[in-house]
Amino acid sequence: MAEPTISTPVNKVVVRFSGDSGDGMQLTGSLFSQSSGLAGNDLTTVPDFPAEIRAPQGTISGVSSYQVQFGGTEIYTPGDKTDLLVAMNPAALAANLKFLKPGAMIIVDADEFNRKNLKKAEYENNPLEDDTLSDFRVIKAPIAFMTKEALKDMGLDTKTIMRCRNMFALGLVYHLFSRPLESTVAYFEKKFAKKPEIAKANSKALQAGYSFAESTEINALSMHIPPARLRKGMYRNIDGNTAVAWGCLAAAEKTGKTLSLCSYPITPASEILHELSARKDLGVVVFQAEDEIAAVCASIGAAFAGNLSLTTTSGPGASLKSEAMGLAVIAELPLVMVNVQRAGPSTGLPTKTEQADLFQALYGRHGEAPLIVLAASTPDDCFEFAYEACKLAMEHSTPVILLTDSYLSSGNSPWRITPPQELPDINIPEYKGAPEDWQPYQREAEYLARFWKYPGQARFEHRIGGLEKKENSGNLTYEPLNHELMVKLREEKIARVAKKLPKQNVYGPDSGKLLIVCWGSTYGSAKTAFTELLEEGHDSMGFTHFNYIKPLPENTGELFSRFDELLVCEQNNGQFAAYLQTQYPGLKIRNYNKIQGQPFFVDEIKQKIRETLEESEYAG
Amino acid sequence: MQAEVKPHTVAYDRKDFMTDQHVRWCPGCGDFMILNTMRKVFADIGVRKEDFTLVSGIGCSSRITYYMETYGIHSIHGRAIATASGVKLANPGLSVWVATGDGDCMAIGGNHFIHAVRRNIDLNIIIFNNRIYGMTKGQSSPTSPEGLKTKTAPGGVYERPFNIGEAAIGCGASFFARVPDKDYKMLEETMHAAYKHKGTSVIEVLQNCVIYTDGIHEQITSKETKDENQVVLSHGETIRFGKDDEYGLVLNGMKLKKEKFGQSIPDEAFLKHDMHEESSPFHLALARMQLPEFPVATGILRQVEDVSYDAQVYNAIEAAKKYTPYKSTSDLFMSGNTWEVK
Ligand code: SF4
Repeated sequence: MAEPTISTPVNKVVVRFSGDSGDGMQLTGSLFSQSSGLAGNDLTTVPDFPAEIRAPQGTISGVSSYQVQFGGTEIYTPGDKTDLLVAMNPAALAANLKFLKPGAMIIVDADEFNRKNLKKAEYENNPLEDDTLSDFRVIKAPIAFMTKEALKDMGLDTKTIMRCRNMFALGLVYHLFSRPLESTVAYFEKKFAKKPEIAKANSKALQAGYSFAESTEINALSMHIPPARLRKGMYRNIDGNTAVAWGCLAAAEKTGKTLSLCSYPITPASEILHELSARKDLGVVVFQAEDEIAAVCASIGAAFAGNLSLTTTSGPGASLKSEAMGLAVIAELPLVMVNVQRAGPSTGLPTKTEQADLFQALYGRHGEAPLIVLAASTPDDCFEFAYEACKLAMEHSTPVILLTDSYLSSGNSPWRITPPQELPDINIPEYKGAPEDWQPYQREAEYLARFWKYPGQARFEHRIGGLEKKENSGNLTYEPLNHELMVKLREEKIARVAKKLPKQNVYGPDSGKLLIVCWGSTYGSAKTAFTELLEEGHDSMGFTHFNYIKPLPENTGELFSRFDELLVCEQNNGQFAAYLQTQYPGLKIRNYNKIQGQPFFVDEIKQKIRETLEESEYAG
Repeated sequence: MQAEVKPHTVAYDRKDFMTDQHVRWCPGCGDFMILNTMRKVFADIGVRKEDFTLVSGIGCSSRITYYMETYGIHSIHGRAIATASGVKLANPGLSVWVATGDGDCMAIGGNHFIHAVRRNIDLNIIIFNNRIYGMTKGQSSPTSPEGLKTKTAPGGVYERPFNIGEAAIGCGASFFARVPDKDYKMLEETMHAAYKHKGTSVIEVLQNCVIYTDGIHEQITSKETKDENQVVLSHGETIRFGKDDEYGLVLNGMKLKKEKFGQSIPDEAFLKHDMHEESSPFHLALARMQLPEFPVATGILRQVEDVSYDAQVYNAIEAAKKYTPYKSTSDLFMSGNTWEVK
């Protein structure tokens, strides 16, 4: 057997919990993530569940996994490959071998490696008994048996007892990383307050796993991952969809507006709808519409009525909403549309991630219909950018599209709970004159935003709609020059937002041969790849990442000019690169595209950067 | 509790609801009558001007938004009801009206229509039914009668048309009325009743398009034939029609049958109109009555009390607020597993 590679001191570790969909792996993983957060580590997680709601039990297609990378340094991705796999059955082992680093540690429930389960996992021979796992350190733990032993006096039925196997496994892993059990025990007590025997069973299994580890070889392998240097404050783990929902809640609270969400269920955006449906307690008005079009139109109605208005969707829904988004553009109403991107076209790979709706966000409406486009980069900064989307929509009287994606929506990362007083102010342009002098398309001077007046406000009664508006008065007109003027005004209004945006940053050397460019959720892998290469001594490259897509930050062109070449990494066929080319013609751009429904691995990007640097060296 | 529409204290005149926009319908179009009546009703109804929102889709009907001095949205084709639903939910204190046409509402907007009616959201929907696409110049609509020659059915329409009343009641409408455009008194009363009704009120106006379907409702609405061909329903009264009110309706098995009063059938056997009857088959049967076998029913066919969707939404919000541990976003964000980095 190979020597374990997880040896102290290490700075980051990737753990993957895997089992049948009925084995509670997502809960196990998220409890482990919680404990990592509590231990002060930075972390990022990713779930990986079967596409089918009820895949056959014990088979490879029914395997559900949860991966977390945590460490004493900044962690931007859930990790390319795994250091420690917890496999609850043969199928979980079979499904995950390809994700393991050489020399990785595997903890298996040896009791589950019986003939029936091996067959379901398509093993002819027991991999615990032949040399299939010779490259790994395998710990064969009798998890099922030990769990039964631990709970045998509780008078529970076998099914209930077997459901606690995951907590026994979690106890083992807790011991490995010297994690305290208290907070998890407290969690059980709260979660199963009405079923104290279940709370107790879970706690007992957890403790049994922990004690079992103490008395075995695992004991010798225990390791300590130091806490990361994170900014002071209160933290919690958050996934991208919850973060979007909460960012919008925070913006509503900041402005004293009621939040209206009008949406239609769609994977992978539905969780935003779910979370806000549960937030009626904070006054959110949720409308589950009959279709995507109704959802966006109702959002337009809610915006007209003066609420902070949100609609959430994914690519196919965004397509259906495009006509109405044009109405929001010409009506110049504040509206936030979140597109949690998934792999397309059409139904595509509905549960897989992609960044291919960028063109759609930028251009996917008929006529000249500019709006603000933002993209979040990590699960936790979905909060910040949802808040920002609401802020910009209201300050500039315009629709805003926020792009996230499947990867961000289901991933978790620690979020520093932003205290309300730290949130930037939202200054909705205020009309100060007399009602008689007000006109529906009158604009505030600096940013050209229209003043938002809505039903209930006396003497501001007015009509808006999809027909072209006369400048200022908003009356209908077909005047040729007015149309041209209005098209330019709407474009200029969006362009001026750039004045407000933070400067685009470069990490590493601020000039040189190669600038690594990415946007949205590729941040994690690209930043990690870049940092590691920098540490390895590559110093002729910089790194920049975009959250503001339209408009781009004002210094973008100047920043690009300091580098010979750009390497644009994105999960589509080159849309951002093409967009940059239209904004800054003459750029020397190389594309690095991955279109496999999966996020970039750090190693892939490192490899690509190395190759590019070599090629450009060779090219002179 | 749900915000109620605030009553106003100012006295309005119908002129207060006129805008400075030039009305662009064809002279003689039935839409004028609807506009004038709407202005009168809005002036009289007891709602402050700023608390009205009128939402329309696309088509001749939907131009009305620009002619009413209230808040208004001229939305996109088919989406008036969806847009209006967002307005009403965002601010249930508003009196929200929808102006739409047979194409806008029953074709491209059909999905929103059936779902609004199903939910019983408090919108007053006026469908201008001229049985044709006017603005796009004469294509068949879902209410075009079989045989009508149109640009898209030069040999005559062979699709089966929608009966709007049947569609609405079939979807569970709590209020449905049918009104000829000429009968401004009936329209006025019906709009008042629709305003009072908490829930979705559907008013089908039999609207004449002088350009493409001139006279299409003539048999029902003209002075000469309306007594025979139209039965004006009045709640609680025996249903009567004919030159001398000599006809009524009786049940024959599971069907309606036209019968003469004072002959073999005893008076008690003739049907009385009960618009508040919760079970809908009889209202459906009335909605389905067609020439030449039956007269066409007008007036309020159905008005039943039921909780409105917007009230339900706000009741749920109030209930959730009462029992939640979260009074602010901070309470929510700090709930569950958190830790401090010092
Ligand atoms: S086309 Fe017909 S419906 Fe349209 S305005 Fe003219 S008469 Fe009225």
